[in-house]
Amino acid sequence: MFACLHGLGNLTPGDLTSLAFEFSPTVEATSSNTVTFDVGGLDRLFGLPQDVAAAIARRARECGVKANLALAANPDAAICAARGFPGVSMIPCGDEGKFLGTLSLTVLAPSPNLLETLERWGIRSFHQMGALPPLGIAERLGDEGLRLRELARGEADRKLLPIPEPLAFEDEIELDYPVELLEPLAFLLARMINGLATRLATRALATDELRLRLKLETRALHQRTLRLPVPTLDTKAFLKLLQLDLEANPPAAPVVHLWMGVNPVKPQAAQTGLFIPVAPEPVKLELTLARIQAFVGQGRVGTPELLDTHRPDAFRVNSWGRPSAPLARTAQTVESPRLALRIFRPARAARVALASGQPSFVMADGVRGKVLDLAGPWRTSGDWWTPDPWHRDEWDIALSDGALYRIYCAPRGWFVEGSYD
Amino acid sequence: MGAAVLKKQFESMLGGALDWQSRPEPDLVPTGVPEVDSATGGLPRGCLTEIVGPASSGRTSLLLSILAAATARHETCALIDAEDAFAPHSAASAGVHLSRLLWVRCGHSAEHALKASDLLIQGGGFGLVVMDLGDTSPQAARRISLTSWFRLRRAVEHTPTVLLSIARQANAKTCASLVIECGRNAEIWSGARHVSRLLRGFDVRAQSTKGRKQCSPVFTALAI
Repeated sequence: MFACLHGLGNLTPGDLTSLAFEFSPTVEATSSNTVTFDVGGLDRLFGLPQDVAAAIARRARECGVKANLALAANPDAAICAARGFPGVSMIPCGDEGKFLGTLSLTVLAPSPNLLETLERWGIRSFHQMGALPPLGIAERLGDEGLRLRELARGEADRKLLPIPEPLAFEDEIELDYPVELLEPLAFLLARMINGLATRLATRALATDELRLRLKLETRALHQRTLRLPVPTLDTKAFLKLLQLDLEANPPAAPVVHLWMGVNPVKPQAAQTGLFIPVAPEPVKLELTLARIQAFVGQGRVGTPELLDTHRPDAFRVNSWGRPSAPLARTAQTVESPRLALRIFRPARAARVALASGQPSFVMADGVRGKVLDLAGPWRTSGDWWTPDPWHRDEWDIALSDGALYRIYCAPRGWFVEGSYD
Repeated sequence: MGAAVLKKQFESMLGGALDWQSRPEPDLVPTGVPEVDSATGGLPRGCLTEIVGPASSGRTSLLLSILAAATARHETCALIDAEDAFAPHSAASAGVHLSRLLWVRCGHSAEHALKASDLLIQGGGFGLVVMDLGDTSPQAARRISLTSWFRLRRAVEHTPTVLLSIARQANAKTCASLVIECGRNAEIWSGARHVSRLLRGFDVRAQSTKGRKQCSPVFTALAI
């Protein structure tokens, strides 16, 4: 069974082919406004051929594609019916000649010479052409005539010339009026996300990256990219993530044009073990982290990663679930508890009284006391070969306020780095 | 037919009286400090545990041991850091697998820490969720209402998550199933003063109450 869509009005070839690819992997771009595709086997999904036709017509309406649709047992009969009859046509198997009989020969687009000859003979319809004797046609009109006769009788059979499936999952909307608020924008975004998710789902694909490009009234572009740790088709999660992202990074001017693209990838297929500790569900966690980032700020949620440097407190925070670079210092098994340092960020500027070159009294924000015991100084330096060198003298001190601190003297003065706890 | 009759019939079918009131004991997970584990049995899952004590009392050393033990069990952990005081270098030296740790830096806001903890617990899937209010002033920590603590306790109930709170003083009152009060016994220095002197660590007294029995295990937090 083959289906043919013959586009009406201003349609891009991509509109018809993308619609056809939603139903079949074997699609032929017959002409600029006609696509033919194999719908054999769809009856298992939709039921009767009428149901298949109804499903295609419904999807075409949803996509805003205006086209004639025809289903037939061979591709050429479907093409002729789609080009000749308006709306949806169903050609019963074996009745192709009778069904197509009323069509004009111009539907077959024969060469001008042949058309003129047939006109002179008074042959104007498929029925008249199909009734001509094949031997006489072969003698007078040659191969082209025989081919026309076969087409007119609906008996021509051939294989489709399939085109490769385009894997660009993009959508765009040109707005009549600029949209200023995020709430109406969310409706448009939901429509685009749902459309793209449907297209991905029909190809058994998912996505782990969503790109949004907003053209603003000021002609500026506002671009956002969302990445998920695992491929998914959860449109609600994507929409919520987009909303949270746009709330955190709103466009500077009203939006006049939206473009959205997704990265098609295979869905994750992994089975967890019975005895593996449970872990947060990735998409749900991504949504939770986006919600948390909305109030703690961007870049303040993630996995800490140590940097390969001796600079004190050198680390970066990676997004959760993203593979990080190999750690400079990986965790080792430790038998006994280790003394932990709590960092003051930023380091607290201190006033330090010295006695014999050693700190004797320290005063800083929330820290004040006489030095009871100390160890130091420990001189460290590094990055002297870069524009941002550092060096400092460190002391571990026990203060009379009952706490143990790490203080240091840098070129900018004295600081309390943190407390041992 | 009354509920009592039904209960009696059910019990007779099962061959004995059932204890309908008591709840099953929660699973306990080790803290990574044998002294604390032997005294308290470990940290209860699905419950709120508080580790309290003043600055330099060994709370964070105990926390890092707990995090190291949890990440070594391949559990996903979350640290909600109200005062941005977490030192990743210190944690890595204590054996914490940083790749299994989610760090939320709340930028000196206990309110944000509470909100983030609530969201993460509701999301589920974490083996350990830590709310670090260790440097938050007692006044700010006390402003967290008992209702909020109760909400957190209810959220973590019936989950395999251990909810841990670090603070200067106990805030959750009856919502906490276990309270470990840390105190520093003595620092350990080596070397003579002014000559190659080193801070080697300190002894920590972790006092807690379990089953109306006081226990005060002492462990040593060693410097790296």
